[in-house]
Amino acid sequence: MGLKDKLHKLKLKYKGKKMAPAFNAIHTFLYLPNETTHSGSHVRGADDLKRTMNTVIMALLPCLIFGMFNAGYQHHLATGEIEAVANGFFSVGFWSIDNLVVGLWKVLPLVAISYGVGLGVEFLFAVIKGHEVEEGYLVTGMLVPLIVPIDTPLWMLAVAVIFGVVIGKEVFGGTGMNILNPALTIRAFLFFAYPTWMSGDKVWVHGAVERANEIASGAQLDAISGETVLGSLAQGKEISYSVADMFLGFIPGSVGETSALLILLGGLFLIFTKIGSWRIMASAVLGALAMGLIFNGVVNAGWISEGSKFYSLMSTEFWHHLIIGGFAFGVVFMATDPVTASQTNKGKWIYGFLIGFISILIRVFNPAYPEGVMLAILLMNVFAPTIDHYVVQGNIKKRMKRLKLKTA
Amino acid sequence: MAEVTEEKVKVKEPKEPLFSKKNKKLLSDPLADNNPITIQVLGICSALAITAQLKPSIVMAISVIFVLGIGNVVISLMRNIIPSKIRIIVQLVVVAALVIVVDQVLKAFAYTLSKELSVFIGLIITNCIIMGRFEAFALGNGPWKSFLDGIGNAAGYGVLLVIVAFFRELLGSGTLFGAKVLGDPIEKTGLYALGYENNGFMVLAPMALITVGIIIWIQRSRNKALIEDH
Repeated sequence: MGLKDKLHKLKLKYKGKKMAPAFNAIHTFLYLPNETTHSGSHVRGADDLKRTMNTVIMALLPCLIFGMFNAGYQHHLATGEIEAVANGFFSVGFWSIDNLVVGLWKVLPLVAISYGVGLGVEFLFAVIKGHEVEEGYLVTGMLVPLIVPIDTPLWMLAVAVIFGVVIGKEVFGGTGMNILNPALTIRAFLFFAYPTWMSGDKVWVHGAVERANEIASGAQLDAISGETVLGSLAQGKEISYSVADMFLGFIPGSVGETSALLILLGGLFLIFTKIGSWRIMASAVLGALAMGLIFNGVVNAGWISEGSKFYSLMSTEFWHHLIIGGFAFGVVFMATDPVTASQTNKGKWIYGFLIGFISILIRVFNPAYPEGVMLAILLMNVFAPTIDHYVVQGNIKKRMKRLKLKTA
Repeated sequence: MAEVTEEKVKVKEPKEPLFSKKNKKLLSDPLADNNPITIQVLGICSALAITAQLKPSIVMAISVIFVLGIGNVVISLMRNIIPSKIRIIVQLVVVAALVIVVDQVLKAFAYTLSKELSVFIGLIITNCIIMGRFEAFALGNGPWKSFLDGIGNAAGYGVLLVIVAFFRELLGSGTLFGAKVLGDPIEKTGLYALGYENNGFMVLAPMALITVGIIIWIQRSRNKALIEDH
């Protein structure tokens, strides 16, 4: 008797009982897709919630794998065990077992905690409320470890995941009902609750915090520091990374956000499979470029002195903003969340453009919040229904006018 | 303060039962099933502003109990001579007078606390619960009932403040009444030795709102009758 039969028997056995959703979830996850439309005169696709989620996870995997190697690479680079690799993407020095071991050691627990705690909360709510467990957490659970610093303590992540899933999603009624993106709610909680673990020059490279503690207790060692590109710019420091490094992702940062190239590939995959909205991605990039150009223009016009604390971020070339920090990752994987984004096509353009625009605005003007894209997406999540409302109203008005012209 | 009045009442031996079932309900209802914060959702602003620490919230609770208890009695005594066109102004004068008394007493006897609470004592005037009770209750009921209603509503407000402040101070600063109950975060003793850290988000105002929201959630899931239809 196969696993499928056993699970099916279990499902029948617990049918109508309190714990039923918990048992059904395993069966559903492995074998049975959630409901798809099967009546009415709709255009029907084979996509169900599970396939949608799995597609996004597939798009995320390259970032995760790269993130693991990069975690090890940054660690070994900072401790001086290896030299910086020259020809980037194809060098053996980067794709080494040593790097992967450190990466696995640090990243897998993050993934395990994210999924374990998050799905635990989902199961609990499904059992209490008596509905089926939905697949919504599959993507959130993969996003979370990719957007936190590598050295985030696991208990903090667990607390944040509980908060994010309960307050960000379950109180609104679960998957599909949430106003805010749960993954970003989790990150925002971490950011405001434990700011010392989410910013600064110690958390982005594994081992920096430990080393700092050792030095504090009297050890004769060199300090490790790994400032993100944005962090250095905010402090007006010189950037030692080349544009190629920033694009390919050989820079410190949250686990999965560094490689703009792989994020771009993931984005193309999402567009190709029609899971992610190209309108949101394109308009967000446009918005970011527009804001970047405005800042560059201000610098070129000489309206801001070199002594200003905004100077180095404002004078950053406008298109560099796309490949540093979490901008690319946020726009491709989180702004496009179909639940929290605008639903209308025109609304998507407005929503995306404002995300890009506000991201760069926050980035430059508030160096205390270097991750502008997180706050920008959360802000626009809140406004998405309003945007949709006005787009729909505008459409109704237009049609009313047309109707009047015809009848008149 | 509620206990003190109960003793007085027992000594007097009233003709009518002062604590008849109805009167008791006036006192106990706002504590739970008709709580001004969680059910009527009034007085939220001050609940957000001063609940980061326990001490100021308790002082705030006592101040509001004093203002609303006395204020309700005063308004109730005057209820037949206040022209209804200017009743809001009269009510404001009464609250303002009482609030100034509280403010001055705090400045005289607890200066640091009064600094900590800064404008929020003065802003008791704008606390919707107070004007709400004057309008809804004191203008139409006798002084004794109004007194109980005032004390009850203010206590219901105070209880919520203390609950919220308890969680916010414990989780946000790791202290209770300023005592380091979870250990010392700098010396790394107690829980902090295990790597625990204070949750900075709890100190910020949004978390007060979320804490109140969670309390509302728990209360309504325990008592389904409180859930509004919509």
